[in-house]
Amino acid sequence: MIVNPVKRVYLALESWFNLSFGTEWNPLYHLGTLSFFLFWVILISGIYLFIPFHGSVAGAHASVEYMTHEQWYAAGIMRSLHRYASDAVVITVLLHMFKEFASGRYRGFRWFSWVTGVPNLWMLVTLGITGYWLVWDELAQYIAVGSAQLMDALPIFSGAMTRNFVSGGMTDRFFILIEFLHLLGQPLILVFMLWLHVTRLSNVNINPPRGLAMGTFFALLALSLYQPALSHAPASLDRVPLELHIDWFYLNVYPLLEIWPAQQVWILTTSVTLLLMALPWLLPKKDGAKAVVDLEHCNGCGLCFEDCPFDAITVQARTDGARYEHEVVVNPSLCGACGICAGSCPASNPFRSARETLKTGIDMPQLPVDEMRRLVRETVAAMPGDIKILVFGCEHGLNVDRLEREGTRGLRLICSGMLPPTLVEYALKLGADGVMVTGCRQNDCFYRFGNSWTRLRFAGERKPSLRTRAERERIRIHGAADPDLRSIEADLAEFRQHLLELNRAAASGATGTE
Amino acid sequence: MAGFDNKPLRFVLQAFNYTVFMALIWYFATSPSINIIADDQAVITIAFSHAGQLREPCRRLSQEELNKLPPNMRKLDDCQRERSPVTIEALLDDQPFYSAALPPPGLFGDGGVDVFHKAKVPAGEHRLSLKMNDSVRIEGFNHQLEQQVTIDHAQILLVGFEANRGFVLSGGEK
Repeated sequence: MIVNPVKRVYLALESWFNLSFGTEWNPLYHLGTLSFFLFWVILISGIYLFIPFHGSVAGAHASVEYMTHEQWYAAGIMRSLHRYASDAVVITVLLHMFKEFASGRYRGFRWFSWVTGVPNLWMLVTLGITGYWLVWDELAQYIAVGSAQLMDALPIFSGAMTRNFVSGGMTDRFFILIEFLHLLGQPLILVFMLWLHVTRLSNVNINPPRGLAMGTFFALLALSLYQPALSHAPASLDRVPLELHIDWFYLNVYPLLEIWPAQQVWILTTSVTLLLMALPWLLPKKDGAKAVVDLEHCNGCGLCFEDCPFDAITVQARTDGARYEHEVVVNPSLCGACGICAGSCPASNPFRSARETLKTGIDMPQLPVDEMRRLVRETVAAMPGDIKILVFGCEHGLNVDRLEREGTRGLRLICSGMLPPTLVEYALKLGADGVMVTGCRQNDCFYRFGNSWTRLRFAGERKPSLRTRAERERIRIHGAADPDLRSIEADLAEFRQHLLELNRAAASGATGTE
Repeated sequence: MAGFDNKPLRFVLQAFNYTVFMALIWYFATSPSINIIADDQAVITIAFSHAGQLREPCRRLSQEELNKLPPNMRKLDDCQRERSPVTIEALLDDQPFYSAALPPPGLFGDGGVDVFHKAKVPAGEHRLSLKMNDSVRIEGFNHQLEQQVTIDHAQILLVGFEANRGFVLSGGEK
């Protein structure tokens, strides 16, 4: 049952985009990579614009006007792409924040990514502000005076900045400083902050699906042609600009200066920033018990290291004198307690030591593999009905208890990625007619890769893979969130029918196929 | 949840989503526009930096006192560092629109004061009065300027101050 209304809004939006784009291209699943793609558009168009741009107070506006009007087919389009991609990235970043907040992916072990992500937004905004400054039109003048007022409200400057702008005018030296900030200083800081933001993640991808990238690019291009970016009149420091068409994505703070003192604007922006950064502690959620390595059963194969979504596992030289070369070590502060590592461990094989406790190389104290095996055994044995379907779910996708009826039982794991493929075979061997694995919606795993790794393992494309002799026609994967109950029920009914036919075919000695 | 199997319909939906995305960008990249000054307004900006006079007058050292000092430190006058606050009052047609008493900044109160004030005023002809006191040892205002000014709509009249010239106006018609 969904109790979080913010999550409900997010899931509705996600459903809509899944309908339009499918799960592979759903922009909500690629907000981070889409932002990176937009950065590339901004960077390349920016480098192009830098060539004809005249970096002086007297020449800047004229050179931008030349690009916009005389060379509209090249530099003009580049300018529009530069501006609109910059606006688009604010939307993708805000949506990224909203998504992570709505789905609870900002607290617990994820606090670091959240806290380092919030200042990125401000860095982005200041980068946009210096960009607008460089046009040196009336809007730039408005930004210059407003920025100076904001700076002067800090105890460092105490009035000197604004006075410079109104009495001394804008100097070339200061203009070049802004140019340096926009072209080099701020982008470098932003790149560093982005690196910091993703430093606790493994398998970081910065490229969106090609189709989504192309769609976004052509949409930006269409907008650039339909509505080219334009400048205001040249800056004139002895007159107040009359009407300003401000870019609300970047310059929304400045109109506040017309109604509030700069100190109040600082208090508001700082408070909002600190509040956002403090969310992981204001709305805390305790992580589950962290993964534990049992060296006695670990051969140091490194599969858990490769599958861990949060870079919490490292491989190091063996310390216990065993004949293996390596062992793995878990860093509890990075561990998301998802259990994907337990699912990847080749030792998590329920067919081993059937009478004893099943020990594996890396396990979750709150739901050990041995406990999973016991639950499967007991659930399958106790399941009534002609067709027995065991549904494995996870804590963040659809609640599998809602699917329970005669012949269908659900087992909740921490993440579908913690399910060893052999456990599915084990359930079938014990008498289950079919196994359905659900979890978060495809490509939207709470733990990043749980459902993706499961699909690949079952398809035999990632270790540990489902063995070739496993009856794949009796296994189905259907990622689902709580609102998808109807669609998964329909799939389940169809699966039941399919299993019934398989059983009939098997009974009559024929080979069951789809 | 997968998308529609009907590819053309999916492309139509995608085109719709991209259009909404671009429409959002297009609108908020320039709209709503803002007017920061009304049709009949102008701006007077008071902006200058000025160090108040020393709080205490310098004291001339006696020969005896000078002799006690090392040769390289024999300055004739002994001056305290602390400066006077700068008090300023600005009136337009006898109506005050800015008044402040600004203490000297710095650990020892010896810094110059930065004055900045922006006031929106009705455009047109006005009598501008500017008064400033920069010494605690002087009663009343020791710098004054009274002048008839004409400021057009959206024009900025800049009020500065130079130690040797007093108040200086630029912009607007004097």
